Amino acid sequence: MTANAITADEPVAFYDLDEHAHPEGHSTMLGFWIYLMSDCLIFAILFACYAVLGGSYAAGPAPKDLFDLKLIALNTAMLLFSSITYGFAVLQMQQGRVKGVQLWLGVTGLFGLAFLGIELYEFHHLIEIGAGPQRSAFLSSFFTLVGTHGLHVTFGIIWLVTLMVQLSKHGLIAANKRRVMCLSMFWHFLDVVWIGVFTFVYLMGVLR
Amino acid sequence: MSPNSGQTGPHHAADGHHEIEMPHASMRDYVIGFLLSVILTAIPFWLVMTMPLSAGTTGAVIMGFAVVQIIVHMVFFLHMTPKAEGGWSLTSLVFTIIVVVIMLAGSLWVMHHLNTNMMPMPHEPTSQTTSQVL
Repeated sequence: MTANAITADEPVAFYDLDEHAHPEGHSTMLGFWIYLMSDCLIFAILFACYAVLGGSYAAGPAPKDLFDLKLIALNTAMLLFSSITYGFAVLQMQQGRVKGVQLWLGVTGLFGLAFLGIELYEFHHLIEIGAGPQRSAFLSSFFTLVGTHGLHVTFGIIWLVTLMVQLSKHGLIAANKRRVMCLSMFWHFLDVVWIGVFTFVYLMGVLR
Repeated sequence: MSPNSGQTGPHHAADGHHEIEMPHASMRDYVIGFLLSVILTAIPFWLVMTMPLSAGTTGAVIMGFAVVQIIVHMVFFLHMTPKAEGGWSLTSLVFTIIVVVIMLAGSLWVMHHLNTNMMPMPHEPTSQTTSQVL
């Protein structure tokens, strides 16, 4: 603390009362990242539930009887394609081409919708054959975990459409660039969670 | 704002065009990340669908592939570097991983002991009894 006591005449300042220059949104990226980390905790809890309950079939169907790996592989491909097309949107943004950003965001949205469609088809099929969430603890935790991921993708698509409207109205202003980067983090983060889902739920489930 | 709080340096907030620091992405990063992801996804699916290895080995291998693929996504898609946001991104990530590992390992450990110490059930449900449901 010797550095603060320069002279005896000046009062010692313990608080920094001067405002610093804070450019708008300078901490948005870090804040959004911390939000994603908290989201990560939600998924971790759901994974823990599935890990504990995933073997409790209540004399009902097991993963081996239910999961169609070809469908899951297709679903994984949809999400992976949507990840790289979002990457193309970010690259277009760096070159300042608003039309290109719109185009690739649209393609990303279509892949996201395809993913959701396949997932809803799977859920519908499971419920139809009597393997709904109320059948066993395994299926309850399965529907909660995979459904929460699907819900995130749904909100991601809503955000994506909103962003496309904002881009068409205001172009590539600083705020919109920030939004594109935040949704980029969100979208790639959902793909990371999906890696956990297809490995731990589907592939390990079939092995079990 | 008091006059002496202005930052000296090339960036002045007053000019109104202060660009927020964003990770710079390149086509090369995305293509490498995508190709690695395709390989790291295809191999686990192939291993489980054709089962050339024993179930235990396959399980360990696909978990390993998942961890590697998550790192690939973090580096090539999320542009995670130790320097991003002055190191705070990585700090919060490491903190989250620690919490997640404690929670997952702790839950499984506790629940495994709970299951082991339970009274034996009159009938043990197995996956063999399920075929009539479908």
